[in-house]
Amino acid sequence: MINLVISEKMKQIQTSMNGMAKGMLRPIARKYDANEHEYPKELDMFRSIKIMGGGKKKKKEGEEPKKEEKPGPKKLGTNLSTVISIEEMCWGDAGLLLSLPNAGLGNAAIAAVATDEQTERFGNKWAAMAITEPGSGSDSGSITATAVLDGNEWVLNGEKIFVTCADRCDVVVVWATVDKKAGKSGIKSFIVEKDRPGFKLEKLEHKLGIRASDTGTFVLDNCRIPKDNLLGSAEVKTATEGFKGVMKTFDNTRPMVASMALGIARAALDFTREKLEESGIKLDYNRNPNNISSLEKEFYVMEANLEAMRLLTWRAAWMADNQEHNNLEASMSKAKAGRYGTLITQKCCELLGPLGFTQEYLAEKWMRDSKIMDIFEGTGQIQHLIVARNVLEFSSKQLK
Amino acid sequence: MEEREFSFGMSEEQRTMKETIARLMKGLVASNAHDMDEKKEIPPDYVQKVWELGATISVIPEEFGGYGMEYSPVMNAIILEELAYGDMALAIAATAPSMFLYPILEMGTDEQKKKYIPPYCDASFKACTMAINEPRFRFDPVALETKAVKKGSSYVINGTKCFVPLAGTAGHMLVAADLDGKSELFIVAAGNPGLKTGEREKNLGLYALETYTVTLENCEIPAADRLGGEKGCNFDSLLQKSRVALAAIGAGVSRASFEYARDYSKERVQFGEPIASRQAVAFMIAEMAYEVDAMRLMALKAASTVEAALDARRESYLAKVYAGDMTMKVTDYGVQVLGGHGYVRDHPVERFYRNGRGIAILEGMTTV
Repeated sequence: MINLVISEKMKQIQTSMNGMAKGMLRPIARKYDANEHEYPKELDMFRSIKIMGGGKKKKKEGEEPKKEEKPGPKKLGTNLSTVISIEEMCWGDAGLLLSLPNAGLGNAAIAAVATDEQTERFGNKWAAMAITEPGSGSDSGSITATAVLDGNEWVLNGEKIFVTCADRCDVVVVWATVDKKAGKSGIKSFIVEKDRPGFKLEKLEHKLGIRASDTGTFVLDNCRIPKDNLLGSAEVKTATEGFKGVMKTFDNTRPMVASMALGIARAALDFTREKLEESGIKLDYNRNPNNISSLEKEFYVMEANLEAMRLLTWRAAWMADNQEHNNLEASMSKAKAGRYGTLITQKCCELLGPLGFTQEYLAEKWMRDSKIMDIFEGTGQIQHLIVARNVLEFSSKQLK
Repeated sequence: MEEREFSFGMSEEQRTMKETIARLMKGLVASNAHDMDEKKEIPPDYVQKVWELGATISVIPEEFGGYGMEYSPVMNAIILEELAYGDMALAIAATAPSMFLYPILEMGTDEQKKKYIPPYCDASFKACTMAINEPRFRFDPVALETKAVKKGSSYVINGTKCFVPLAGTAGHMLVAADLDGKSELFIVAAGNPGLKTGEREKNLGLYALETYTVTLENCEIPAADRLGGEKGCNFDSLLQKSRVALAAIGAGVSRASFEYARDYSKERVQFGEPIASRQAVAFMIAEMAYEVDAMRLMALKAASTVEAALDARRESYLAKVYAGDMTMKVTDYGVQVLGGHGYVRDHPVERFYRNGRGIAILEGMTTV
């Protein structure tokens, strides 16, 4: 039965995460925006806390699943609780959330497809994800980094850019092709430890926003890794099943990025509301929107859009928790949240006037931070393409 | 009250109801909505058929002539979206009595319930309605210009109301008027000498829906006919529910436009391929798709809040603000995707566009 009133359990997560964001991230948000590339040492205390995804749970043999005691607290899925947490943390600071130790995108990939043995070896490492190349962005099927099997080792060559947590991570999940002729189905992901010879962090980027998060370029020059560092199956299938499997990770991670946009936009809105109220404007959610100041109306429209972003995001996460195919809904959430997060943070700066342009407050930073949410993990345009193909039932050939 | 599980999933009951209404509307209006609009009338048996589904009276207790089923604003939002997906004019006409009956049920005195509800809980549809909108610039339901004044054992109402659905045939209407700075509702019978129903209105959209301007000239009603009696009514609650309802209707009419444009864009071939194969068109289709969903989710969130007996002022307001803007955007895109063909009345997108304008403008045309 449809019920979109948030539960006590969800509220608890919001409250505790918001407390953490407020107490630990907000106070250092400006510091690491100003000091790009400096490791936020304050985040070390998060090493044992899982926020981005619950990690892989192993069932102990012989253990009976616990029977639900009468009504009790309702269960809450991992994806939904994760997006709720992410929104709160990004309300604190998105760049810092992306810098949380052991919570990289690579960790999500490892959690999704690693063998038990790989989980054992890499489960506690900080894992970054390296997909993008200078000549391959949204078209991740066109990557040119190669992996060749030589005895018991893979030999990797290529260049990877825009790797989040490049400096701080322990291992990197690198996408490379084992068979260029096989196209997408030849693409595999490999876990490369940072200290492998031939694996070099070439440079760190200077960015518009999320400066607390380090983004770098890796060069793989005859980098050798053990055979079992390949994530998942080595078999090159004729179909593109393997690649699709990797793309499926996006169905889980896109709502997470959408919730990052949500958190930043809400921070900007909350600050704007605070300033509105300080100047004596009371939002009563009652009067005809045509009879209020344009400032108030703009605010309501932004808040409504924020709510829409959140509902689309929560739906995609909820579907994943309920084992429903959510490829369409995941892209919808990111298409909406990426774009409107950008628009909301821009508009808040405008409404705030000088307070939105000065570095004395965080509003200007939120406008810079938010922009990445419409770019990484699939640009807004890619999301629209996926949504359109889904609803039109068009293949990638019918709608390029 | 025990906490319900947070869920985006429909129950069996909700799904069945949605499918039943979709089937009925498809049968009734799929090929007739255009004619209804052109002829500016809804065949009475269409309204009757929707009425027979019992959506309005099912939640009225048996003692007042209903079926006594559980009242569910979420279910009502699902129903309204589906009705409006079929035809927005029919959706409003067939549910107009709920605008009279639900507020009485929720906020009326025992006598008001006993007196006014049972006559309308009939197997055949009988019109009753609400008069809330006013024909003026800067109309606001929380600052009404129609005034009620206490005079002895009666109230005297003066003012003009517009967009009153079915006022021509309604036996009773709830009239919203300002009483000492607060919006209140008054039960006015059709025969009241102070109530004058004007000409049928000609509007931008909803051609098939009969709406009227009604004038209240020293319209005197017994004090007992003020909704809720001495203590008055909770006008906020009414506004919240009608805002949720309009948001759900917005999702319905927008979905109709989206689906029509989507299908058309796949069939319309220009430059050797379907226009949907061009990103400029496809991206509009994508945007329509997620905005329709967003509107629905906003309406359902607000409806869930009402259903949980929580204050839904913020949720309902935002749902309506959102639906007002987005219905325009989606139905506008609907016309645009069809180009010149969208501008002529052979295709329904021009009607959706005209009808859609009502979401932001109208208040209190229906309720959940």
